[in-house]
This record gives sequence, C-alpha cells and structure tokens, in this order.
Amino acid sequence: MALLSLAHLYAARGPCDVLHDISLSVAAGEFVGLLGPNGAGKTTLMRAALGLMPARGEANLAMLDRRARARAVAWLPQAREIAWPVDVETVITLGRAPHLAPGQSPGPADRDAIDAAIARMGLDGFRTRIATQLSGGEQARVLIARALAQQTPLLMADEPTAGLDPASQIGLMELFAATAREGRAVIASLHDLGLAVRHCSRVIVLDRGRIAADGRPDAVLTPDLLARVFHISAHFVQGSDGPIFQPLGVIR
Amino acid sequence: MRFPLLLAGLALLVVALFAGSLLVGPAGIAPARALAALVRGEGLAETLVMREIRLPRALLAVMIGASLGLAGAAMQGYLRNPLAEPGLIGISGSAALGAVLALHTGLAAAFALALPLAALAGAVVAVGLILALAGRTGGSITLILAGIAVSAMAGALTSLVLNLSPNPFAAAEIVFWMMGSLADRSMVHVWLALPFMAVGWALLATLGRGLDALTLGEDAAATLGVSLTRLRLMLIGGTACVVGAGTAVAGAIGFVGLVVPHILRPFVGARPSRLLAASALGGAAMLLAADIAVRLVLPERDLKLGVLTALVGAPLFLHLIYRTRREGL
Repeated sequence: MALLSLAHLYAARGPCDVLHDISLSVAAGEFVGLLGPNGAGKTTLMRAALGLMPARGEANLAMLDRRARARAVAWLPQAREIAWPVDVETVITLGRAPHLAPGQSPGPADRDAIDAAIARMGLDGFRTRIATQLSGGEQARVLIARALAQQTPLLMADEPTAGLDPASQIGLMELFAATAREGRAVIASLHDLGLAVRHCSRVIVLDRGRIAADGRPDAVLTPDLLARVFHISAHFVQGSDGPIFQPLGVIR
Repeated sequence: MRFPLLLAGLALLVVALFAGSLLVGPAGIAPARALAALVRGEGLAETLVMREIRLPRALLAVMIGASLGLAGAAMQGYLRNPLAEPGLIGISGSAALGAVLALHTGLAAAFALALPLAALAGAVVAVGLILALAGRTGGSITLILAGIAVSAMAGALTSLVLNLSPNPFAAAEIVFWMMGSLADRSMVHVWLALPFMAVGWALLATLGRGLDALTLGEDAAATLGVSLTRLRLMLIGGTACVVGAGTAVAGAIGFVGLVVPHILRPFVGARPSRLLAASALGGAAMLLAADIAVRLVLPERDLKLGVLTALVGAPLFLHLIYRTRREGL
C-alpha cells in the first residue's frame, strides 16, 4: 500500500505555480531521495504533500485529519528550531504527542519508543543536556530522534544532511536506509548526489516544479539529465564497494 | 518531581501574601480581630473594612496577577520570544482607551460600571481589529505587527483624548487611572471581572501541549497534530478575556506578564506547558506583594500599583537580560 500518493498536485506561491502536475506514490520499504537544483520545488512538494500549504490536486496525507496525519508521517523541517532551553529528553518526548490523548502523560509504550529513538541516535549520554547548548550536528540528531520517536510509517525530511560532518551524513543515510528496510519509508530532499546514489533505493528529480525523472539512481542520473537539470558533468561508475558519484564541472 | 514542589511552593507563597494583603492597611486592625470580622462579621466598622475594602483588593490582586502571568507565559510560548508580553497584541492599550473615553465623556461619573464596561468594549474592538489584520491563519510575525499597529492606534487616540481634555483635573484623573491601581475597588469589580477571567483562564490553560510542540517551529508543531489556527484563536481570545477584564477593573499594570515567566522559566526546565501554571501562581504572588508594598512604602501618597511594578520590574528585567547574555542562551 502506498504511504504517500500524490495525483496531479499543483501548488502556487504568489501568482505563479511552483509545482506542476506532480503524480507519484511511495510504498513501504523505499528510501526516496528528492533531488533538484535550488528552487526546483523540493520543499514545496513536501509541504504541499503534507497539507502544510494550499495545493490543488490529490494528496493522501493532506486529506487526513491532523492527528491521524501525525500518526502517519513525521516531518523534519529544514530549519532546526529549538526555541527554548529544554533538555534533550523533553524534545524527543514531543514526538509522542500524536499518540497521547489530551492530558495523558507518556506511558510505558511511549517510554520504549523514546528510549529506542535515543539509543538509535546515540544520544544516551545526552538525555539531561540542554538541547539549545548542543552543537548543530548534535541538535540535528536530537530532532531526528524526535521524528523517530513519533513511530510513523513514513518519515519526510528536508535536507537532513545539511550542516553535518561526513561521518554523521553517512550515518544518517544508513539509518534512513535501515529504517526503510524495516518496512517503513523515508523521503529526504538532498543536494549531495553522491550520498543519494549510494544510499537511496529510488530518486525523484525535480526541475522547475516538474518531475524530470523518477527511478533507480543509476538509471536516472544520466549525463543528459545531469546536464539538463543540474548543469553539471559528473564521474559516475559502479565501484567494487558500491556506486561512486563525483561532480566534475559546471556546464554553461 | 521538582515541578509539583515548585507549584506547591508558589501556592503557599500566594496564600501567605493573600493573608498579608488582608492584614495590611491604614485602618490598623489587629490580625485576630481582622479575621473575626472577615469570617464572622464581628464589629461593624471592621467588617466593612475587611469585606468591602481589603477582601476585594486581595482577590483582584490574585485574579489580575494570575491573569497577567498566565497570559504572558502563553504569549511568550506562542511567539517563541521571551520579550513578548500580554500587552503586545494591543488589548490592554485598547481597553485603556475605552476607559479613558468613559472618563473623558463623563460616562464614568454617571454610573459606576461605565468605566470597566467601556474598557471591555475597547478590548473587544481590539480583538476584532487584530483578527481582521492578522487573519485567523498566518504566522506569528503578522500577529506581532497587527498588535503593534493596534497598540499604536490606541496610544495615539488616548493621547488625543488627553490633549482635548477640558481642564487639568480631568487630564490628571485620566493619567492617574492609567497608572493602574487596586485601591478602592469593591466586590462588584470582582464579580464583573471574574466571568471573563474564568473563560480566559480556561482557554489559555488548554494551550500547554500545543505550546510545547511549537518549541520545534510552526511546521513541526502542525505535523505533530497541533491546529495552529485553533491555538492562535484561543490565545487571542484567552488573552483578550483576562487582560481586557484586568485592565477594565485595575488599569494598565505592566511588567508582570513579561518578568514573571522570565523568572520562572529556568525552574520549569523551560517547558512552555509547565510555565503556564507556574507563571499564573507567580504572577498572583508578585501582584499581591506589589499591592502590599504600595500600602507600606508611601502610605500617605497613594503610590500607584502600575508604577511600582514597572519600577521593580524594569531593573529586574535588566538583570535577567544581563544574566541571559552571560550564560550565552
């Protein structure tokens, strides 16, 4: 069953459409990389799919009521905002809000989900630390743990690797891939095509609000598409330990 | 479980200050006789002083202080800004304008409740303007801008009324009223403010979980199941009820809604939901203390409550800003 399905989705910012006729569906087990140059509509596509902005067309998640949606999908916005100096465990506990009735406090199942998310993101020593005093990379891990604690079938993340060191970027991509293999699905917008080809099971390339290509990374990222959409040339081969992608130059 | 302890401590402080507020005053009634007069009605003069003067004054201090603390904590949580305060969205300014108009036109002298009712009408107009300007949806910035516009408008019109006042005594009456005070209020004021405040408290008290989720930003909160539209409407409605009613019976009392949440934030682990209850109790304690102080510091000169809260609040706030900067938060 599709966890995300969009049919003929259009979204506008001001007078012009920034998404044109987007139709796609994502099933359990997929780790989808959403690629495209700046301004291609990656963030808009995800926000419109979530029902966070007005859009025309069909989006299954946008049609859910807000509590059902919060149990169907977890969303990691690009801005890593933690407004108050709360401790790490408090931030992660926020992910359980959709599973609690008004006034109900977290029970054993919620504690398990929180502990699992903390363990998975390697945050065991951080529980009582003040989240706003952590480094940017550590805050990113805390916020990802919050999304994991939400225990939704689908996880959507807007540029989750931005600002992370190489090891953290690879660790995060492996975590997303593992999450997908467990029977959930992950959609992440990415700028690092090298990370996308190594870890994503599928990539969707957006160009000026339209889907330019959709499929397996090695089938999609052809020299022609790279030139047309990204205006780059690249070295892309199957190495002995997986695909290797290195952008080489700009095509004007 | 530090949080229940904190609430218990604050509640004890409120009870102690409430008792203090009942026992301090120019009539100089001994505590035992004061209590006997209050509870059993012993002694005609004492009963009058206790039941008609001191009790409403202490009750209003609790109600208005709790309102300002609660609304301040909710407003800071919603705007995710420690500099926000309940007056920010222009409700108190507009309520004050309504009251000033009642004073200027002589309506306030014509019948007793004209002034608070005019102030409430001012608050209602402000809510209408804010909803029209900022819309039911939209971000926090539009709410701040709408609030600033409404505040500026109310301030300008209040100045105009002062400008056009027929004589210096009328102007002085308006200026003194605007400073905010709990002196010479009766149980009628309590009963007038209480229903509005009760509604406002009920609206604001439900916001806790939504405000917690807003810690992660508006998009993240929305996908955690929070209705931002509903949260915003309840915040504006609740703040309007409590601040409008408070201003109507006591004038504009500043700094409580700004300073109290700021002081208490570190003690609740900065969680916006916990700050609501703590700030309500803290606001009540602070206003009770300030209202006792105005009676003790300059008993002969009718020191205004709003002047004292600003005099104490502003330096306290400067200190907090200094401390916040030093801790690099």
